[in-house]
Amino acid sequence: MADLKNIFDVAARGMSAQMVRLNTVASNLANARSVASSEAEAYRAIKPVFSTLYADDLERSGVSSVDVVDIVAVDREPEKVYQPGHPKADEDGYIYMAAVNTEEELVEMLEASRQYENNVEVVSTLRGLMMRTISMGK
Amino acid sequence: MKSIENQLKVHAEALNLRSQRNEILASNIANSATPNFKAKDLDFEALLNSRMGFGKVNTTNSRHFDISIGPNEEGVKFRQNVTPSKDGNTVELHVEQLQFSENVMRYQTSLEFLNRKISGLMSAIKGE
Repeated sequence: MADLKNIFDVAARGMSAQMVRLNTVASNLANARSVASSEAEAYRAIKPVFSTLYADDLERSGVSSVDVVDIVAVDREPEKVYQPGHPKADEDGYIYMAAVNTEEELVEMLEASRQYENNVEVVSTLRGLMMRTISMGK
Repeated sequence: MKSIENQLKVHAEALNLRSQRNEILASNIANSATPNFKAKDLDFEALLNSRMGFGKVNTTNSRHFDISIGPNEEGVKFRQNVTPSKDGNTVELHVEQLQFSENVMRYQTSLEFLNRKISGLMSAIKGE
């Protein structure tokens, strides 16, 4: 695993973690209305697990970024709906709706995109500072 | 050469510390959604003082250590958050953003000071 050398590494990892989060939101929303004929087959929302990635503490104390260590399916019961006429209904006439909360996913999407933007903003600000520092004394 | 160093040293050290603090604040912002992450910050004043030798303990031998700040202790401390959150993350995005913009402004100020000092020195050297 590449270590964190500078501010660009920190922001790049932060952005890719938020991107994974946005991708999981997209998968969840795409599957939000999907239907299955058994509880085990039903789609469950997936969520990324974030964890802090520290830089070498002796050299760069306090510098860290974020890494996605796992993607887990939430432990949530799919909704059981009685629809005997449905082609996917089981022998008792039930279908199983995907365990996705659309509102929750939309809020998650907003938060992830905000945090992605924050990282972009940090990088562009610091890049401007670096450019000005390079031309110091001219 | 010593006098030129004395002219520029404070601002050079300040610039260094400001950029180090920028990295730490950027780390906090990158970790704003990580559970159990504890926001950190730099004690700018204490570090600048120790780098500039202000408030230093006098030593009588070159092999004595200065106890004011250890070699690995870079003055990085945990931030006390205003409102605790349930996932154990102590990053408050608005606080970090404010600190970041303040730090960027102060970095630019130090840079400006350095630029002025350098151009002052240049005109003194050229004798214009």
